[in-house]
Amino acid sequence: MDYVVLLKQVPDLAEELEIDAAGTGLDREWMSFVASEWDEYALEEALLLRDARGGTVTCLALGVAAGDVDELLATCLTRGADRVVKVGTFEHAPDSHTAAAAFAGALAHIHYDLVLTGVQAIDDLDGQVGPLVATNLGLPHVSVVTHIAVAGHGSIVTVHQEYAGGVVGEFEVQLPAVLGVQTSRETPRYAPVSRVRQLMKTATIEAMVGGEGGGSGLVVEAMTIPETGSTAEMINGSPQVIAERIAAILAERGIGSGVAR
Amino acid sequence: MLGRDVTREIFEGISFEGEILFYGLSALATIVFFVGIGVRLRKYVRGRRQDVIGSPLGFLRRAARSSVDTALNQTVAKRDPYAGVFHAAIMWGFIVLFIGTAILTIESDIVRPFLPQFSFYWGAFYVVYSLVLDVLGLAMIVGIVAMAIRRARRPRQLDYGRVDIGPATTDRGGFRTGDWILLGWLGLLGVSGFILEGARILANDFPWFEVFSPVGWVVAGLFRALGLTAASAEAIRYTLWWSHAIVALALVGYFPFSKAIHAIVDPVNLALRSPLAGRRLPVLAVAGAAPADGHIGIRDLSDLTWKQLVDVDACTKCGRCHVACPAVASGAPLSPRDLILDLRQEADAAWSILAPLGEHRSDRAYGGGTNGTGPADGSNGGSRLAGGLISADTLWSCTMCLACVEACPVGIEHVPTIVGMRRSLVDQGIVTPSLQTAFTSLAKQGNSFGQSGRARAKWTDDLPTPIVDARKQDVDWLWFVGDFASFDVRVQESTRLVARVFQAAGMDFGILYEGERNAGNDVRRAGEEGLFELLAEHNVGQLSKVRFRRIVTTDPHTLNTLKYEYPDFGGDYEVWHYSQVLASLLASGDLMKQRSIDRRVTYHDPCYLARYSKVTAAPREVLAAIGAELVEMPRNGANTFCCGAGGGRIWMDDSGLAERPSEQRIREAAELTGVTDFVTACPKDLTMYTAAVKATGHEDRLLVSDLIELVAMAVDLPLEVPAVNEPVPAGEIAAAEVLPG
Amino acid sequence: MSGDVFVIAEHRDGAIIDTTYELLGRAKALAGASGGEAVAVLLGSAVAGLAGSLGAAARVIVVDGPGLASFSPSAYQAALVPLVRERQPALVLVANSGSGMDVAAGLSAALDLPLAAYAIDLTVDANGPLVTCQLYAGKILAKVRFTGGRGIVTVVAGSFPADAGAAGGSPPVETVVPAATDDRIRFVDLLRPEAGDVDITRETVLVSVGRGIGEQENLELVEALAAVLGGAVSSSRPIADAGWLPRTRQVGKSGLKVKPKVYLALGISGAPEHLEGMRNAELIIAINSDARAPIFSVAHFGAVADLLDVVPALTARLGG
Repeated sequence: MDYVVLLKQVPDLAEELEIDAAGTGLDREWMSFVASEWDEYALEEALLLRDARGGTVTCLALGVAAGDVDELLATCLTRGADRVVKVGTFEHAPDSHTAAAAFAGALAHIHYDLVLTGVQAIDDLDGQVGPLVATNLGLPHVSVVTHIAVAGHGSIVTVHQEYAGGVVGEFEVQLPAVLGVQTSRETPRYAPVSRVRQLMKTATIEAMVGGEGGGSGLVVEAMTIPETGSTAEMINGSPQVIAERIAAILAERGIGSGVAR
Repeated sequence: MLGRDVTREIFEGISFEGEILFYGLSALATIVFFVGIGVRLRKYVRGRRQDVIGSPLGFLRRAARSSVDTALNQTVAKRDPYAGVFHAAIMWGFIVLFIGTAILTIESDIVRPFLPQFSFYWGAFYVVYSLVLDVLGLAMIVGIVAMAIRRARRPRQLDYGRVDIGPATTDRGGFRTGDWILLGWLGLLGVSGFILEGARILANDFPWFEVFSPVGWVVAGLFRALGLTAASAEAIRYTLWWSHAIVALALVGYFPFSKAIHAIVDPVNLALRSPLAGRRLPVLAVAGAAPADGHIGIRDLSDLTWKQLVDVDACTKCGRCHVACPAVASGAPLSPRDLILDLRQEADAAWSILAPLGEHRSDRAYGGGTNGTGPADGSNGGSRLAGGLISADTLWSCTMCLACVEACPVGIEHVPTIVGMRRSLVDQGIVTPSLQTAFTSLAKQGNSFGQSGRARAKWTDDLPTPIVDARKQDVDWLWFVGDFASFDVRVQESTRLVARVFQAAGMDFGILYEGERNAGNDVRRAGEEGLFELLAEHNVGQLSKVRFRRIVTTDPHTLNTLKYEYPDFGGDYEVWHYSQVLASLLASGDLMKQRSIDRRVTYHDPCYLARYSKVTAAPREVLAAIGAELVEMPRNGANTFCCGAGGGRIWMDDSGLAERPSEQRIREAAELTGVTDFVTACPKDLTMYTAAVKATGHEDRLLVSDLIELVAMAVDLPLEVPAVNEPVPAGEIAAAEVLPG
Repeated sequence: MSGDVFVIAEHRDGAIIDTTYELLGRAKALAGASGGEAVAVLLGSAVAGLAGSLGAAARVIVVDGPGLASFSPSAYQAALVPLVRERQPALVLVANSGSGMDVAAGLSAALDLPLAAYAIDLTVDANGPLVTCQLYAGKILAKVRFTGGRGIVTVVAGSFPADAGAAGGSPPVETVVPAATDDRIRFVDLLRPEAGDVDITRETVLVSVGRGIGEQENLELVEALAAVLGGAVSSSRPIADAGWLPRTRQVGKSGLKVKPKVYLALGISGAPEHLEGMRNAELIIAINSDARAPIFSVAHFGAVADLLDVVPALTARLGG
């Protein structure tokens, strides 16, 4: 079975995010980038499926200048991907619709049975890439997937879609299809820095032209940082002092005065 | 007086054929001996290259020094005078008896047949020779008996129970049996020799000069008292002679296949010992890349170097590393002794080397291939070590505290071997999730706290006087702050105090602000060599753009890597620990004590300060200078006991431990009467012990504080006023409640 | 092209899901400004009876077909695309749920209609719809407009009050047959988590733990506090993922929605997915060692401290 994983980098939330001068985007000066967490789960699932049943794993990422796509793809290779491809050229990460069009264009030239990508990303203003790519290619798609099993002959996968309250829907999906992965069954395997560095020097990262089109159709009027901590009344002091105050607050509402199970 | 008649007949009563038989057996024993040696040498030759010589002159000096230490039994006697005395007795007894036999061989087989005029085995020589041999022989037996008594008492270090596989098996493949066999054999050799001597003296009717073989003389006297006559003594002497000869020759043949081999391997291993073992770890063969054969680190048996193979042979199962190890103490599945012995058993089994008598390799499957988990990889001889024979849990349990290397009397360097295997675990991707998170954060942001690298210097925000930015201004001292000192909320308090005390002393110092990243000491010891290279390259790059004379740091881990390992990456620095700087400032008067501390304190030597960098005096000088009364911890100085945070363990889950090392250490401190303060000099120690004192319920009994907090009090630095909305740390409130005034 | 506001209704086990009411309430409020009506779109097989629960809508379109008996992304997409293309509503509102994500993005690509995701607010003014979207784990808010004045919005649960949309009644029902089917995704079964010992949605006091708890053994401290308060222990997702507590104790988007009298959030950072599950609690007290944790934006009281210090102190203070 041939698996394709779509990945991207997103801004690292360890950095404090700042709004740019125009007030409609993020200030990029101090931005650093990390792989999108859900895309890593998607890759891990693809690798586990391939390790179990054989096949190939190809990783696609957009050729975005900001950030370090080469490192992202080298990390994929280190983790065990068979082939990595950089799709298109972009100065900054494009919106999801543009990304989906680019990926769909590249996928027309790659053989695949199953496309996996993270169910979402933190910067998906205009929706998630998985269903967008699938619809562009006319493929069935399932999001929020927590379990993937390939049925015997490899033309159907059984997946679990997660809903609220721990309820899960089980589906049989005909391949080829696109899955938006919520979590992988194992923690994504570690990619040792030495190997990533080495692969960045020696590995072949193919480049492909992406599909055209897309565009989010959205105009950002304003971007703001919501005020945090403004509603909460903060309690200061030692743990004992804090405990006192909380006990008092609870007592006011009739909680905790000698009520035990 | 001491003429030619003062001698004894060698081979007395042995026929010519007997002599031939004896020489034949000797030759056989000697051949077997050298075959045994050869088999071992062939094993070492299979190992990879390792440069232990370094500079020839330096090596010769070290070897000479080590020979003297070995002769004086210094490593055995360290912290164990009983073993020191009695092992020296056995060792020198054996050596002298061996030399004595060699001298006899020279006299009887070379001098007498070919150079009879130079025959020396008579007269004064004979008398001195006999006396020396008897005394040393007796000493050897006394030593053996003393060691047998200790062994029979089953001391903890000789408990061979495994800590990593199911319920402990106490005899562990017959180790105990094998040990007793050798001990008994040596004892038998000594005793049979004296019995033979006694019989000879009695048979020869007590020649007057034989009083200089006092033991033999006494034994002969005993025989006579028991009713033996000269004639009957002569009759049994033949049997006794052959018994003793066979015991001796058999031992010669058995020697290289037994524990006795340590007599040869250990002095060599001690001479080859590197003073920087563990302090400076080896760089990758090809920097920044994986080697040609595709893997990094010690993955299989064939990855061990020849020095490491000698190391594992040197082990005498004394158990000192086992009882010193914090992992063993806290119930983790790691024993340095077992790790070394497992490697040895594996190598011997894989390369078909016989096990010593009684020591069948039965506690697990040795010999390559099917050892435990790890990816099935049939290449490289199949003896998978990292993640296979030595499980990942075992390897990740090490705190890299160096107590094992410090305690080992035979110069084994456990730590580099463990790091080598960790490098392989990382290479194979066998890394626990919490460690992965730490690595990722370190790679992206240069710290393990998941915070932006740009926030590294936020701890300086509340300082009354800003610290000089060394990137913009030349400084005398470059203060390399470190991760925990910068980001941990509790440690930040003491970091700020360090800054203010330095300023009060008029020191010319600066910091790198956001230019600094984790120095990488623990990253390297966690096996992520590639990440260490990245960090080191970055820091060296930053430091090269800065003009400074010396570096100071509060973190002993940072101290170690900057001083010993950064030279391999182009950075050569003079690095001080802040306790050394404080000692110097207090001595010179740049810091003036305004009031005496007058508290009974105990001081916990950080592993990386006391063992790695051998700095133990400076913190004590500081405590003395500020008037604190120091009560030493039972395990102090180079014998200090780890807090459990090193080697990357502070980034790993320790919920599986029976009791954390830090909590054991607090209990150890709580037993010191009248001691109110537990003083630390390392950021991670401060974090660990602050948590441990709460977990053990001793927070009212012991105040955990950093050295700088006492110094700040002594020089009357005003307590910080916490900023609004900042929680007042428990430590500071406790201090305010407990301190006078 | 109409000014209608479509709401794609979600239902399970014969009942409409709360989020649909939230969307309906909002749609009803906005429909006038957008020049149309609030229209509920209900897909299923023999579901006309449910239309009675959608009284807040001006009209209900029931797409009825055997292939829609259970939710299937492909079947829903095949049925909705031609419908929306034909009716051309101004807005299509979809809940940001497991199924909603599939439907919304699929519609957007098929119809070339813009999509604004993770909306926490939606208004319509003279310039058309204005959506407030939550990005970067809740750290950024973006106000966006559709270039063509029309678009699809996925709405985060809990953004609007459900009462406004939970009206019974008999809105006019239009039943249509799905114009297309797609059975490449076949529903097999609905798996429910094993019934837990405790139903946290019925508890008056919840003591909830997140990653800040550190190690599993520390749960004992929290259990003790919950006992003394007469409440139960709940958690954020990471704790359930780690298996330290059953899934039935998980609060949040993929867990349960709770509205207790008192919600103690201990060591929970307050990611949007979690807030979705508890923001409507009557009294929220948060303890976290990170002063910048988003939980403090919904809490009524907060303390920046180590929960491992405060919890035992509080338990002791309450007599436990």
